[in-house]
Parts: sequence; structure tokens; C-alpha cells
Amino acid sequence: MSNRVLMKGNEVIAEAAVRAGCRHYFGYPITPQTEVMHYMATRMAEVNGTMLQAESEVAAINMVYGAAAAGARVMTTSSSPGISLKQEGISYIAGAELPAVVVNVVRSGPGLGGILPAQGDYFQATKGGGHGDYRNIVLAPASIQELYELTVEAFNLSDRYRMLTMILGDGALGQMMEPVEFRDVEPIENVAKPWALTGRKGRSEHNTVTSIYIEADVMEAFNNKLQAKYAKVTENEIRVECVDCEEPEIILTAFGLVSRICRNVMQLAAKEGIKVGLIRPITLWPFPSQTYAEIAAKPSVKAFLDLELNCGQMVEDVRLAVNGAKPVHFHGRTGGNLPTQHEILEHIRTLAGRNA
Amino acid sequence: MKPVFTRTTGLTDKPFHYCPGCTHGIIHRLIAEVMVEMNILDTTIGVSPVGCTYNNYEYFACDMIQAAHGRAPAVGTAIKRVHPENMVFTYQGDGDLAAIGAAEIVHAAARGEKISTFFVNNAVYGMTSGQMAPTTLIGQVTTTSPFGRRPEFEGYPINVSEMIATLRGAVYVERVAVNDFSHITKAKKAIKKAFRVQQEGLGFSMVEILSTCPTNWGKDPVASLRWMEDAMFKQYPLGIYRGQDLEV
Ligand SMILES: Cc1ncc(C[n+]2csc(CCOP(=O)(O)OP(=O)(O)O)c2C)c(N)n1
Ligand code: SF4
Repeated sequence: MSNRVLMKGNEVIAEAAVRAGCRHYFGYPITPQTEVMHYMATRMAEVNGTMLQAESEVAAINMVYGAAAAGARVMTTSSSPGISLKQEGISYIAGAELPAVVVNVVRSGPGLGGILPAQGDYFQATKGGGHGDYRNIVLAPASIQELYELTVEAFNLSDRYRMLTMILGDGALGQMMEPVEFRDVEPIENVAKPWALTGRKGRSEHNTVTSIYIEADVMEAFNNKLQAKYAKVTENEIRVECVDCEEPEIILTAFGLVSRICRNVMQLAAKEGIKVGLIRPITLWPFPSQTYAEIAAKPSVKAFLDLELNCGQMVEDVRLAVNGAKPVHFHGRTGGNLPTQHEILEHIRTLAGRNA
Repeated sequence: MKPVFTRTTGLTDKPFHYCPGCTHGIIHRLIAEVMVEMNILDTTIGVSPVGCTYNNYEYFACDMIQAAHGRAPAVGTAIKRVHPENMVFTYQGDGDLAAIGAAEIVHAAARGEKISTFFVNNAVYGMTSGQMAPTTLIGQVTTTSPFGRRPEFEGYPINVSEMIATLRGAVYVERVAVNDFSHITKAKKAIKKAFRVQQEGLGFSMVEILSTCPTNWGKDPVASLRWMEDAMFKQYPLGIYRGQDLEV
């Protein structure tokens, strides 16, 4: 395969995983991400890997748990209702400190919802979803190229911190085609896994993988250990893109594909003499709170406008970060609808006091 | 003094936490002895369930993992796919395997996963204090069937071995019991056969083991063994349900 190709988002997720050294994939069909499985079915055969169609998302995530414990680079992908089913397993993966990659190609909800793109799973992805005090690293790509790079990176991050990394995409990102260059984003890290289940093979002690901590003090000590790890991730791994944030009047903020609509609107606003900046979090957890606080402190900034394909989820984190320094407004669309450039521009004009 | 019986090296030194008269401990010992006799302790990875034996990963001396309630066959499937040269077994109770995990066991068997399942049927949920299980007998009183299991309200027991034996991927299925010396000997043979089937890559193997729960049956250990023989043997006939002619 040549290095620059036109490919569908879902296929890029699969190709990226294979290039990152993932040889075990477990999935269950659900629109709009099923092409990942289709691609994996042949691609894994080429590289002597395993693509196994599980009997449910519950089984798939527990297979991920098993494969991760056995030391493999492993991935599952699904879409919203399927990700809901995986939550117990995701919590176990956190509780056993296993590295794994989970991709959510988000569709609209709640319930069976619709198959069109949405961002209504932000809360679920960043605030837990499953039970207990745990975190996942959550990455939000905004292009097919970035989808490739972040999928590879997800495996590195997972191995480095022994935690689950989730890619939060949406139905549009999964379905659309864009050119992608399979450049080596970062050398694939090979992290030693002395804790993995391999059979003792002469080891004097048996390895055990568990998430059970029956005694209060042991459980608390484990939670403290997890929190210390999460603090380290927050210190080292925040990724955020800021565009035209030097002296803006209005700050747009959005993650994923919505940020691309924002970029077009910024040009339209510039023509009208309104300086608009953009903050795009790439890691949704850890959240780039510091960046928001710094930009909110700029005297030029009048207001923030947060755009999401949901009824207002990330906006809660934005408000916490801005901490009352400037007003934070919200503009959301759901059901698979996207905000139009005109809609956003109107909102910006109002906030900037430029309504004719 | 010459020791006449020593703890198998297939088990760690940690003492079991099971109730007096509970036969989970016997089953653990049998599996551990078989691993030592077959010289597979160094290559075996076991999967613990949710149930009274949730922490038997501390008892078996091989590599072990604890799985979510009912999901051991999915976890075992993946481990075997990652390490096809290793031996993988799951240890599961009847609530774990036949209720919440009914889908996982059926599909692991149907796929012919080269793993072995040791399915402990004690006709109740032990750990959560004696609720009705899918395997609870008609008329059996439990904490959630206080009037005795009534088919018109609580339905019928599931005969798991008979059901799994209908699947082509399951190449060896046998039901045994650990009520007395001769049955314990047979149970051990069955466990060994299951591992052999796996070793030869033939497909999925399962041994269902009838076991006691004196605590939740409300019986002393000896009366529990008698109840197993009198009541459970009728609903759950011992024998080979799949792989009668297998020579391994
Ligand atoms: C998802 C989930 N549901 C329920 C429980 C509670 N629970 C713990 S053990 C158990 C029953 C286990 O019974 P069984 O499988 O028969 O094993 P035994 O204790 O009899 O050996 C249940 C329901 C749990 N831990 N997780
Ligand atoms: S509750 Fe029943 S199954 Fe559990 S250890 Fe006690 S006797 Fe055994």
C-alpha cells in the first residue's frame, strides 16, 4: 500500500491499529462503525492476527480484558449503545490496570437513537460511564489524518500508563473519506509487561490479574495509587490546539469535526472585523483546563461560545475551567444535525455586539 | 514421621476460605493435582469467576485472572487466542455460568474454543446467600424461592451439560460429582480428560461437577452429600454427554 491513500475513517482506525502492533481485535456489528470489523477480518489474516466477532459487546470487552491481561495490544470498536454495554468491562480494565484501546464512533441517542453523527457520549467517555473512581484517556480526532495518528498514539499511551484509551469519534468521521498518509507518527513503543499472564514458564511466583480489593485500606491505597497515576497523565499528556488565540474577542470551542465548521466561520467573522479564536481540546480527558483559564484572562476576550453535537456536555468542563472569568455560551445541535456556518456566525455577531 | 498426604504444588500455601463441608475445596485440589501430574502448571492460565470462588486466583499456583460475573469464557477465549500454546481453564459456578454468563459459555463452546471449563453446580447462588439459581431443583427452597421452586412461576432447571453437548464445537462434556471417594476419582479423571482434549487441540471441553453448599442448603456436611445423591443425581444424571468414544 502506498503511503498516501484515500480512505474511510473506520478503515483508517483498523489500519492504524495494525500498524501500531495490534494483533487482536474483538467486535460486534453496529452502525456506523462496522467497517472496522470488515477491514480487520481480512487485514488480521494477512498479519497472522485475530479478528473475532463476539456474541455481544459485553463478550467483546471481556475478550479485550483477557487479551490485554495476556500482554497483547488489543482493540475493540463500537458505537454508543454498544459502548454502554461495555462499561462494566471498561471499569474492570481500569481496576486491573490493563492497557487497551476502545473506539466509540458515536451516534445519536439516548436509547437506540439514530445512526447519524453526534457527540452525546462526552459525559460517558470523560466522567466514568462504568462504576467506581477511574479515568480513561479520551482522544478526539478532527480529521482522518489525525484519526490515524491518535489511534497509533492511543496504543502507546495505554501501554505507558497501563490504562484504557478511548477514541471518541462520531458517525461522520467514521464514514467519511479523506486522504491519509500513514507516516510513522512516533516509533511504536514496546513496553515490557512483566505482569502479563503468559503461563509461569519457570517464574517462581504466579502472576494474577484482578480488580478485587476486599479490605478497606487496601482498596483505598489502590484508589490513591490510581489517582496519582491520573495526576501524572494530566501533567504529561494534555493535548490542545489553539487557533488565533492571541487577541481574540470571541473564543469558539469545539472538539472533533465540529471544530472544522468553526474554522470556516472564523474566516467569515474576520471579514466582518470580528476576531474569533478557537480552542480545540484533543484530549477530552485530561481536559486542557489551564489553556481555557489563560485565554479567559486575556482582556480582549469578551465571551466563549462552545459548540457541540449534544445538549451541552463539554460546556460544563469549559465553565469550570473559565471559572466565571468570562461568560460561556452554548450552541448545540442533535439528532445528526450540524450547526450551519450561518447559525454560528449569527451567534458570534450577537456576542460581539455587531448585530446590524 | 513419613507424610502420607501433602498439599499439591498446584496450589499455593494460602488456606481456603470455604465453609465446612463445602466441596469447592475438593474440586480445587483435583484441578491442581491434575495440572501437576500433567506437568502443565507452568503453561496454564486459569480464569476465576464471580461467586464464592472469586479469589481462587490466590489458590491455584498457575497464572490466574479474575473475570467479571459470567464472562470467564470470553476472557478465556481471548487469552487462548493470544497464547494458543498455553492451557486455559475457567472455573465457574451455576449462577455465573448458567444465568448471567449463559451467552458466553454457549458461544465459547459453539466456537470450539480450545479451553476447558470446570462448571460447579451447587443448585444455588452461594456467595450472595442462597438465592435460586438456574440449576435450582423443582420444589427446592431458596431465599428467593421461599415456597420451593414452582415451575409455573420460576420455571425449570437448566441441564447445562445436556445443552452444551448439542453444540458441535464442544467435543467433550461430562457430568461428575464429588460426593464420595469413587466419584471423586472419576471426577479427577474427567478433569484430566478435559485438559487432554485441550492439549490435543480438539475443541471445547467442559466438566460439570455437582457440588455441595451446606451453608445455603441449611444442611450439615454429611446430610448435604446425601441430598446431592438423592435429589441432584435425579435431575442431573452423571455421565458423558459428548465425546464418549474420545481416546485421549
Ligand atoms: C454484575 C454482577 N451482578 C451480580 C453480582 C453479585 N454476585 C456475586 S456472586 C453471585 C452469585 C454467584 O453464584 P454462583 O455462580 O452459583 O457461585 P457460588 O457462589 O455458588 O460458587 C452474584 C449474583 C456481581 N458481583 N456482579
Ligand atoms: S456459601 Fe456454599 S458454595 Fe460458598 S463456600 Fe459456603 S458452602 Fe461453599
